[in-house]
Amino acid sequence: MDYTLGQKELDSMEEILQKDLIDLGVHCVFLIDMAGNIIVNLDNGDIEHDIYSLAALAAGNFGAVSAMARIVGENEFSLLFHKGKKENIHFSKVMTDFLLVTIFGRETSLGFLRLKVAEAIKKIKVIL
Amino acid sequence: MAFVNLKKKEVQVKIVYYGPGRGGKTTNLEYIYKKFNARIKTEMVAIKTHGDRTLFFDFLPFDIGKIKGYDVKIQLYTVPGQVKYNATRRLVLRGVDGIVFVADSMKVRREKNLLSLKNLQENLSTYKKNIFKIPMVLQYNKIDLSEHGIPLLSPEILGKDLNTQLKAPSFEASALLGSNVVATLKKSISITMASLKKELK
Ligand SMILES: Nc1nc2c(ncn2[C@@H]2O[C@H](COP(=O)(O)OP(=O)(O)OP(=O)(O)O)[C@@H](O)[C@H]2O)c(=O)[nH]1
Ligand SMILES: [Mg+2]
Repeated sequence: MDYTLGQKELDSMEEILQKDLIDLGVHCVFLIDMAGNIIVNLDNGDIEHDIYSLAALAAGNFGAVSAMARIVGENEFSLLFHKGKKENIHFSKVMTDFLLVTIFGRETSLGFLRLKVAEAIKKIKVIL
Repeated sequence: MAFVNLKKKEVQVKIVYYGPGRGGKTTNLEYIYKKFNARIKTEMVAIKTHGDRTLFFDFLPFDIGKIKGYDVKIQLYTVPGQVKYNATRRLVLRGVDGIVFVADSMKVRREKNLLSLKNLQENLSTYKKNIFKIPMVLQYNKIDLSEHGIPLLSPEILGKDLNTQLKAPSFEASALLGSNVVATLKKSISITMASLKKELK
């Protein structure tokens, strides 16, 4: 059940995430699978988060929230977002097995971010 | 479901410590964290209750260097052993590549070990994984307790209870004192990597 992504696919995904998210002010973005493996990660160069731990926690958190959704009779919660004083974190599912996590600051509005994330995901889906 | 990144030449491998509550899974990871402090650049993540029981999981990323030119990142997880946390236990198992089953050698825990192993088999099967095929190491933990006069199960009995069909490599260990903790981990990494090897061309 192992899977591999080649240089070409990873390059194109990085390009999409760079252009659609990082260049527009997002601090950090990573694409992970539901096991917590990191597929692509990018940041603006100013931050140094422990992304392996973040990925493990994000996958666990997403799994827990999905399980809660099912218990209350929802298929899925559509907005997964945590707001902080300086940093915010947003999760978005990519197909059934992947998760796109973005970390962004006050200068980016949630509406704008969601729009850009949706655009990026559309392009990434073609590659995965 | 190890992930192979051909661009960074990196492999991420997930090994999960499974077993009954209070068996010593978290203690294994804490020992590894202390022992290899220099090599582990991040903090160990532990989501636990006030009473130190694992609530969701512990997480420890562990770099083992290069194998065939690939940077191998081992991700160590523990599950919460308490029976009531099965939903989160199953989440942690998602995408698992190798299992370390930490059994409790205390006589009073005999039944708990059996139930936990059965539970592992059920949870793996929800991901269409077979307990007989997944790389697995057994650890018979807490053998140091015999010195304190606490009745323990012999490795023969534990083997008969848990390993008759599995025939997995097994170690008697003391996670608290650190004996055979590293041996258990090394064995698990080596058999897990062997089973993934065909992916590493
Ligand atoms: N004497 C002795 N005590 C141990 C050993 N390993 C763990 N313990 C003790 O057993 C208790 C439970 O250990 P944990 O590592 O928290 O157990 P766990 O398997 O993570 O438990 P859950 O998180 O509830 O599933 C702690 O008090 C440990 O100090 C051992 O090898 N010898
Ligand atoms: Mg624990």
